[in-house]
Amino acid sequence: MQNWMEWAVAFFLLLGGCFVLIGSIGLSRMPDFFMRLHGPTKATTLGMGGILLGSIFYFSLSHSVSVHELLITIFLLITAPISAHMLIKTALHHQLKAIDRTRGERELKQGQQEGSGDPKKVLTAENKP
Amino acid sequence: MRVTPRYSWLPTPYRSLLLLLVWLLLNQSVELIHLFFGTILALIIPWISGKFRDPQPLIERPLLALRYILRVFGDIVTANAQVAILILGPQRRLNPAFVRMPLDLQHDLPITILASTVSMTPGTVSADVYPCHDTQPGDAEITQRWLLIHVLNLEDEAELIATIKSRYEAPLKEIFQC
Repeated sequence: MQNWMEWAVAFFLLLGGCFVLIGSIGLSRMPDFFMRLHGPTKATTLGMGGILLGSIFYFSLSHSVSVHELLITIFLLITAPISAHMLIKTALHHQLKAIDRTRGERELKQGQQEGSGDPKKVLTAENKP
Repeated sequence: MRVTPRYSWLPTPYRSLLLLLVWLLLNQSVELIHLFFGTILALIIPWISGKFRDPQPLIERPLLALRYILRVFGDIVTANAQVAILILGPQRRLNPAFVRMPLDLQHDLPITILASTVSMTPGTVSADVYPCHDTQPGDAEITQRWLLIHVLNLEDEAELIATIKSRYEAPLKEIFQC
């Protein structure tokens, strides 16, 4: 493997590592659950993308062409928003407290009420067309 | 909007293509035997599993769909950079908020794609879609559905909703023609 390839692989690994680290910092640093969710759903996705790109480069250049990582990327992109959605829905269901300066509490309350209520009740609310 | 597939033996052409692609990626080769077996799987799996699915709108504009995917990829990169800056910056300046967005889309599949896109892009996570029952194709009454979004740092609610509507929802409406 030539020098510039090593640089490229190292660059992607470092970039990915930095973003995963930032995502984890966000997870531990944010004040409430809803804000915590933003770090792992976004920063970590790009971080994983960077690491996988590094992996594609390394194995394609040193061994034979390797594209398994593309599959990992596809599945990650499909599953990350869904797991985030499940988590935040559970949080709403348990009526988890958001920090005080969160705006749009009315939307939150309505979402909680309608998220856990039965759909028929919802149709009588103000959102009927 | 079109719900019934064009050919009954090929109910979901793009999903078949994706299955074939995934099969080839798994095997990491384009040899004839893998192409052959992948094609058989790509034809049989949608045919068997089609009965388990609710009818959903089909993709009408594949090229637009491709453009949408590329746009979302680009946005994911910028979104990550933005969120990274927000996370490392001072927390006291963040304005978290819940925003309720009226949806023009009515069907589960496009709404799922929209909600996933919103989760992956700048500072927003989609929290809930309500009311939770789906408008089936052919229903007389259409209910207005809402998307509840949690925003990490809200600056202008109207602007955010307008951006999501024009950048993601309008192309989706066009792709599915609904």
